[in-house]
Order: sequence, then structure tokens, then C-alpha cells
Amino acid sequence: MWEMASPRVAFGKALVDIGRENSDLVVLGADLSSSTKTSYFEKEFPERFFNCGIAEANMMGVASGLAASGKVVVASTFAVFATGRCYDQIRQSIAYPRLNVKIVASHAGITVGGDGASHQTAEDIALMKVLPNMRVVVPADAIEAKKATRAIIEADGPFYMRMGRSDVPTITKEEDPFEIGKATIMRDGSDVALIGTGIMVSQALKAAEMLKLEGIDAMVVNMSTLKPLDEDTTIKAAKRTGAIVTAEEHSVIFGLGNSVAMTLGEKYPVPVRRVGIPDTFGESGEWNELMVKYGLTPENIVSSAKEIMKQK
Amino acid sequence: MLGPDEIRELSLKANAVRRHIIEMVYAAGSGHPGGSLSATDIIVALYFKLMNYDPENPKWEDRDRFVLSKGHAAPALYATLAELGVFPVEELLTLRKVGSRLQGHPDMRKLPGIEASTGSLGQGLSIANGMALAAKLDRKLYNVYVMLGDGEIEEGQVWEAAMFASHYKLDNLIAFLDRNRLQIDGETEQVMSIEPIADKWKAFGWEVREINGHDFKEIVDAVDWAKEVKGKPVMIVAHTVKGKGVSFMEGSVHFHGKPPNDEEYRIALQDIDAERERIFGGGP
Ligand SMILES: Cc1ncc(C[n+]2csc(CCOP(=O)(O)OP(=O)(O)O)c2C)c(N)n1
Ligand SMILES: [Mg+2]
Repeated sequence: MWEMASPRVAFGKALVDIGRENSDLVVLGADLSSSTKTSYFEKEFPERFFNCGIAEANMMGVASGLAASGKVVVASTFAVFATGRCYDQIRQSIAYPRLNVKIVASHAGITVGGDGASHQTAEDIALMKVLPNMRVVVPADAIEAKKATRAIIEADGPFYMRMGRSDVPTITKEEDPFEIGKATIMRDGSDVALIGTGIMVSQALKAAEMLKLEGIDAMVVNMSTLKPLDEDTTIKAAKRTGAIVTAEEHSVIFGLGNSVAMTLGEKYPVPVRRVGIPDTFGESGEWNELMVKYGLTPENIVSSAKEIMKQK
Repeated sequence: MLGPDEIRELSLKANAVRRHIIEMVYAAGSGHPGGSLSATDIIVALYFKLMNYDPENPKWEDRDRFVLSKGHAAPALYATLAELGVFPVEELLTLRKVGSRLQGHPDMRKLPGIEASTGSLGQGLSIANGMALAAKLDRKLYNVYVMLGDGEIEEGQVWEAAMFASHYKLDNLIAFLDRNRLQIDGETEQVMSIEPIADKWKAFGWEVREINGHDFKEIVDAVDWAKEVKGKPVMIVAHTVKGKGVSFMEGSVHFHGKPPNDEEYRIALQDIDAERERIFGGGP
């Protein structure tokens, strides 16, 4: 019912567009530019693209020095390396000095597929959101990836933007507004609120359709910024429905579900159920099969919604 | 060329910086005197003689940059910047106190004149790479100086950065290695041998020169030479003495991260003041 499109391709194309307008944009890669799609920028602006080789730690430091000298820098590689491999470099050389570096990662989460657990990260959002000064954006589809790329480059300071490897359903429209720190209510409802991020927003929309057949009226929220979290919309959803299910392709330990539950726990307690990757490493497989095996399906959201409604 | 008067001026500045370092870490009750004292002469030569720098306008965009990658030597950098007039000398004694702009390790967002927030070892050369690259992109003529510790270069990131600098021909990058032969747990060659260190940098595509890091003439000559090198970054391996200028700290591993006690403080200031007399007297 939805068209499929690639967020990372949209990001790569957006970089080229922005590069034409902004000569201060510099892009760094780490031998994965054809995967992260920074290769488009490299082709168009070879003098402003630098391959750092398989040396992510140095890449983050180079990004820091460029930003300290007035450049806006996009540093890109796979999510597992972009965050875990050089956490300390990001902490010390980018977040602490609050420099204008955008860490944009592809191949996040379990949808990496065949490469297996070494390349699948369910911890990247956790690592980035705990850093002071760091903001975290997870576009839900290719259209949002394009808008988010522009938004994070236009906003000053450090960002982490996360995308997967696979194509995802296009669920937003070109004309929809996109604002950092603002969630979108994709569908109104009064019985339960399904708050998703990234690829899980489309799963939540499917779940809402399934719930409707059973007479349950579900609200769906696209939480495209994880930090700062849109607390107003979160609380509004809790007030309206009294029961929340979160959905993310990330560890349930310290991702979206954690942020939502903490916010509501302090400000407007309602029952919350988290759908996400359980506390375990992934494995090789087709990405859609892994989604099923690791519980990231509309069916999982539906059953969580029904359970949580009983606790109202 | 450096005349005798200039050498005397630089020696006096270095002497004043050393006095500040001891006063600062003593007042703070913590800090790193050893590696600050070994780095002092190079930092003083850079800011008072070699760098294109306006203390009134430390954000001037054409300035030469200095990145103190071995961030624990912050007292040497703070004291030099204060002597230069970037911020008041009186502020030095706030080192490591709550609310101070003089953090235990440099914070570029707090204190003017600080180019990079360092302290986690091994990252400064990468940052300097980024700055040198930005200069190339903007067709600016400034140089980027960076100082690394000889223990610090055990970090793998340093060698990623070494490759990057030569790959991108960053000949506006001039690095110093503070080769004081000591790190925390002992001598570098005991903890983790780094020799043959000049050959390693050469093998990574750098131009290398070795100097006595406490001889202003050698420091200035080396930088003058480094500025002429084209197509390659330069590493100046500066042989230094950890704790230089304070008798009981010289060559000692114990004063890496420990301030002097009351008695040691008295002796340290005596040593430094005696050196000042010697410079004034023109004696040996
Ligand atoms: C990544 C990292 N690991 C460990 C430390 C703790 N540390 C501070 S100074 C130091 C020794 C540094 O030795 P060296 O680079 O030779 O400095 P110097 O002798 O000039 O003081 C260590 C291990 C640190 N600051 N950063
Ligand atoms: Mg040392």
C-alpha cells in the first residue's frame, strides 16, 4: 500500500543539494561512502569530501577540527562503528566542545540483515542520547530523511542521525512539516497511543489498522527526534488515551521506550509497554525475517496494545 | 635567527611560566607539574616568538593554532596565555576550582585562547588535522601546531591521524613530540617501547627533526625549517626533561600528576627564582 524508498539514498541526495547552497559543508567518510551514500557528494564535490580510511576515531577528530575552524561537517559510516567504535572521540572532541558535527549513520539496527550481530547495533541511540549537547534524530522514511538532513545541517551543534540499510515504506508527504524536537501525530485515536520511531512508525500504522478491525481506536505518533524528546506530544498522547505502546528498532533498554516511560513516569504516569529489540545480540538473516524473529512486527504492537489497555 | 636578547626574553618568560605552574598546582592541590614543565619552553617559544597570534583577538580567523593534545599539561598553556595577556594572570590561581574557566584539562568553550578541548589522550592530532585541512580548503596561510606526549602516542588514533596528515599532504601542520621519556607507570621504553620513534614518523610519511626541547635556538630553527617543508607534515621530536627547572622533579616519574607539598613548594620556587637570577646575571 505504501511505496518503498531508501532513507540513506535520500540523505545522500540531500547532501548534494545542500552542498550546492552551502560551500562550508564538508563530508567525511570511512571507506563506506558507497553504502552511506556520501559517495554522491564525493562525486559532485570531490574537493570537499575526505575519505579517512578505515579509521573512525581519527575521522571524528578531523570533524572536530574542521568544525572548530568554521565548517559544518557530516561524518558518516555504519551506526555500529559511528557510535561504539569512537564513543570517546565523539564525547571528548565533539559533544563536550559542542561542535558543529553531524554524525550520520546508516545500517543501524537489526535490518542490516546478513552481516549479522557484528554489524547490527541496537545500542547506538542509547550511546548518543546520554551525551550532553548531543541531539538524536531518526527519520521514519526517505522523505523525512531528506528533510532531517537539511534540518540538522541548518541547526548549530552536534547531532546523531540514524538510518537503516533497507528501503522503508514512505508514510509521510513532501508537504508535511518537519521540525527537530517535534513529534507528528500520524493518526488520531482515543483508546491507546502507539509511539514509534524510524521504520517502526510504519509498523505502528499497520498495527493501528489491525486494531481498528477489532474496534480499538489507536493514536499513532511519529517520534522522529529522540532527543530532545517532544514531551508535550508524549503527555498529550497519554492524557488522551491513558495507555502507551512504544515501538523502535533498538534495544528496549535505553531507547525511545525508555525516554517515553521516564517522561511519563515523572509527569503523567500511565501504563507503558515497550516493543523493541530485546536485551540480546542479533544474527544473520533476511531483514524482514529478523523483524519477525526479534518481535518488531505490527502483530507484536497489537498484542502489546491490548495487554496495556487492560492495565488502564 | 635568534639573538642573545631574544633568548634572554624567552628564558625569562619561560621562567615566569614555570613559577606560575608550580604556584597553580600547589594552590589547586592537584594537577600535572612534570609534563607541564617539560613542555614549557616549546609553548613559550611558539606563542612569544613563532606563532602569528594576536592576544587581544584570540578568535582572529587567520591566527596560527596550537592544540595541546597532551591536555594534562594545561597549566603550561594557561600560564603562557596569561603572560601573553589573553586573560588576567590573577585568574591562574583559580585552576581546578569550582566555577573556574581554568579546567583541569583545557575547555575551548570556557577559556579564550583554547583551541581544542583535550584531556583524553590521543585525539589532538586528529583535531589538528581537521584545522589544517580547513586552512587548505579556505586557502588560508595559517599553520597548525600540536604537541603530543611520548606516552600519548601509544594510542592507536595517533597513527590513524599520522596517516591522514601525510595522505592529505598537510604541510601546514607542525607537530612536537615532548620526548621526556616518562609516562605514568614509568619510562616509556619499559611501559611500551616507542622507539625508533623518528623512524616511525618517517615511515608514516612525515618529515622529522630531532632537537633539544629546552634550547630556544633549536626550537626556533626547527620551526623555521618546518615552515619551508612542502607536501608533508612535520614532526619535531623534542628531547626534554620531565619536571624541567625544578631540581627534585627533573627526570622523576613521581611528579607526573602530583603537586609539591609545602617543603617541596618552597624548594621549587627557590630553584625557579635562582634560575631567574642566573638569566638576569647572564651567568652560566
Ligand atoms: C585516553 C587516556 N588514557 C589515559 C589517560 C591518563 N593519563 C593522563 S597523563 C598520562 C600519561 C601521559 O604520558 P605522556 O604522554 O608521556 O605525557 P607527559 O610525560 O608529557 O606528561 C595518562 C596515562 C588519559 N588522560 N587519557
Ligand atoms: Mg612523557
